[in-house]
Amino acid sequence: MTAAPHGDPRLAGMRHLLAIAGMTREQVEGLLDLADVYVDHSRAAGRKISRLAGRTVVNLFFESSTRTRTSFELATQRLGGDVINMEVSWSSVKKGETLIDTAMTLNAMHPDALVVRAPDSGAVQLLSEKVTSAVLNGGDGAHEHPTQALLDAVTIRRRRGTLHGLRVAICGDIAHSRVARSNIHLLTLVGAEVRVIAPPTLLPTGIEAMGVEAYTDMRAGLTGCDIVMMLRLQTERMQGSHVPSIREYFRFYGLDHAKLAAAKPDALIMHPGPMNRGVEIDTVVADDIDRSLIREQVEMGVAVRMAVLDVLAGGPAEAAA
Amino acid sequence: MSARTAYTNARVIDPARGLDAPGGVLTRGGRIEDTGADLFAGGVPEDAERVDCGGAWLVPGLVDMGALVGEPGREHQETIHSAGRAAAAGGTTAVACLPNTDPVIDNEAALEFVARRARETKLVKLHAHGAITRGCEGRDLTEMGLLSEAGAVGFTEGLHALADPGMMRRALSYATAFGVTVAQRPEEPSLASGSMNGGERATRLGLGGRSRHAEAMTVERDVRLVRMTGGRYHAGPITCRESLAVIRAAKADGLPVTCATAPPYLALTEAAVGDYRTFAKVAPPLRGEADRAAVAGAVADGTIDAVASDHNPQDQDAKRLPFESAAFGIAGLETRLALTLDLVNAGTLSPDGLVRRLALDPARILGLNAGTLAPDAPADLAVIDADPRWVIDPDAFLSKCKNAPFDDRPARGRVHRTVVDGRPIHRAADDGIAA
Repeated sequence: MTAAPHGDPRLAGMRHLLAIAGMTREQVEGLLDLADVYVDHSRAAGRKISRLAGRTVVNLFFESSTRTRTSFELATQRLGGDVINMEVSWSSVKKGETLIDTAMTLNAMHPDALVVRAPDSGAVQLLSEKVTSAVLNGGDGAHEHPTQALLDAVTIRRRRGTLHGLRVAICGDIAHSRVARSNIHLLTLVGAEVRVIAPPTLLPTGIEAMGVEAYTDMRAGLTGCDIVMMLRLQTERMQGSHVPSIREYFRFYGLDHAKLAAAKPDALIMHPGPMNRGVEIDTVVADDIDRSLIREQVEMGVAVRMAVLDVLAGGPAEAAA
Repeated sequence: MSARTAYTNARVIDPARGLDAPGGVLTRGGRIEDTGADLFAGGVPEDAERVDCGGAWLVPGLVDMGALVGEPGREHQETIHSAGRAAAAGGTTAVACLPNTDPVIDNEAALEFVARRARETKLVKLHAHGAITRGCEGRDLTEMGLLSEAGAVGFTEGLHALADPGMMRRALSYATAFGVTVAQRPEEPSLASGSMNGGERATRLGLGGRSRHAEAMTVERDVRLVRMTGGRYHAGPITCRESLAVIRAAKADGLPVTCATAPPYLALTEAAVGDYRTFAKVAPPLRGEADRAAVAGAVADGTIDAVASDHNPQDQDAKRLPFESAAFGIAGLETRLALTLDLVNAGTLSPDGLVRRLALDPARILGLNAGTLAPDAPADLAVIDADPRWVIDPDAFLSKCKNAPFDDRPARGRVHRTVVDGRPIHRAADDGIAA
């Protein structure tokens, strides 16, 4: 067992990971560098890390999730920590002060980190104000999903060497997407050129003020892009409320080879998962091993979460090798 | 080599090119080859058939941007064929129908059905509006992108307003991705539940009223949503002064807003309801004289872009009922030109303005390649003699429906000939044109 990495002074002051907004470029780059280290650790079989030895991480999910929760669970275990999963229905939480009650109850058990996902924007921050442990935002409403943006950034950086100067298109349900918001903050922070592409009904007002260019014509938006990030369209928005039909959405906003041809010839495709094949992405494109980074994103997810847990809940920096 | 036709000895009015002068038009096959004042100064080409217009007006084929055609589903009231003949008799060469058929035009198949039937009928060019929401039920957006690719010329709920502001916002917003227009019959339904214009007359007759404010507030609200979304918006029929004020302000601010009215609102007032006359029952309702005059003035000054027929065919049974139970709607395809010509004869509207309101501007709003006699445009035109006096007789309508409150109304100006793609689709029996 080795109590390895961290010890990065750029990350010394971090207590929670609530949002990409407000982070410094140095902090983001520090986390990306550390995630790189953990990618190698994870790939080397049998390598044990004890950064979280004797520590407890609670996955508090008010919204069902398999991928993100499993990813945090695995990250904790790889760092030698203990993990507890709690799934609480949001409907019971909504009836009063229960969110804070739950937080106080958990806090009394002295966990070292709380990973929280909640359907209401801002709920994770509210909870963080009531507990003494580190809080990691596992996704709050349509606000932020910081570890997703970090894992996307690691994935891109490992392929392209840098994020600076890349043209990235984020396509789909921008209005309801926390993934989009976190990615916009991160990518603009590190000097990428960000575009968002969506039907006007899924483009939130004032999005340009976040430093992006907005497009409703997908081909125009994809022109010259290095990276194409697709977002999942929730079923309840496909039947006429925001988008008339799956058929029409796929026709104008689904990523297929014809639209992808507008991007750079070596443009890479990403998706936070789970994908709706035939809705936002064509199967052929999703499975194109030369272009699709979708499986790599999952691997980077574990590494990024290890990095964040290490920084926020790991042993004292001086214990690092 | 396509056949050529020389229309000579005409007063050619083509506002798109600022033309209003004695001259002629030369067509070749389905296209206009040339138009001009001195076109035949050097003689008519030898191979061209000569049509002497006898000094009558030669104008672009008229475009009707809002008419209900009963097909599919209401063929007993009107078919694409009967509507086509009626429209042609009024100098119209293109009609944009409303989606309130049965089934509703809310999918590509319905749109293609209308297009195919129109092709088979070979009369006027029939275009269709798609519904904004599925089944015109106000809940779920239609596939505006696919529908506009399939030829929908705009989107509207047709006979009633899209009342929900959230839905209207989404529709206007979504439409911007495809550059299509969302059209509204602006009457807030929860306020416009009566059967005639709200006011003294409705009160005396004991009828429920439809307030002018129900119209103006919907236009006001929609213009607000246009500011919010940038969507292209068309309102009509407009019938009252308050709505016109809102439209004027919106246009002055450069918003993508257009509007139309219909001949009944130019020609009649609520007095036509008289003693419970159901043929004068229409929605929005006929208003008072001040509104009628204001609407006519707005047609003249261009605040109102288009005069649509707002043709709504009803059978006798639907009108032979107590006033409140009777159906709304007036037959309008054949009288649109004659009733608008009244404004010209009264000196309110110029002939140039008439062609703008009835052809050029509706074509522009619908995005049609029509409304002009420019070279290479489709040879869609009408020969109109603005002089002859006649009396409107709904029983003589070519339309299957005779539900119009214009019987025995004196009119002036008749259509001699209506031509679509170079093909005459209507010739007056007594057109006197030397062929």
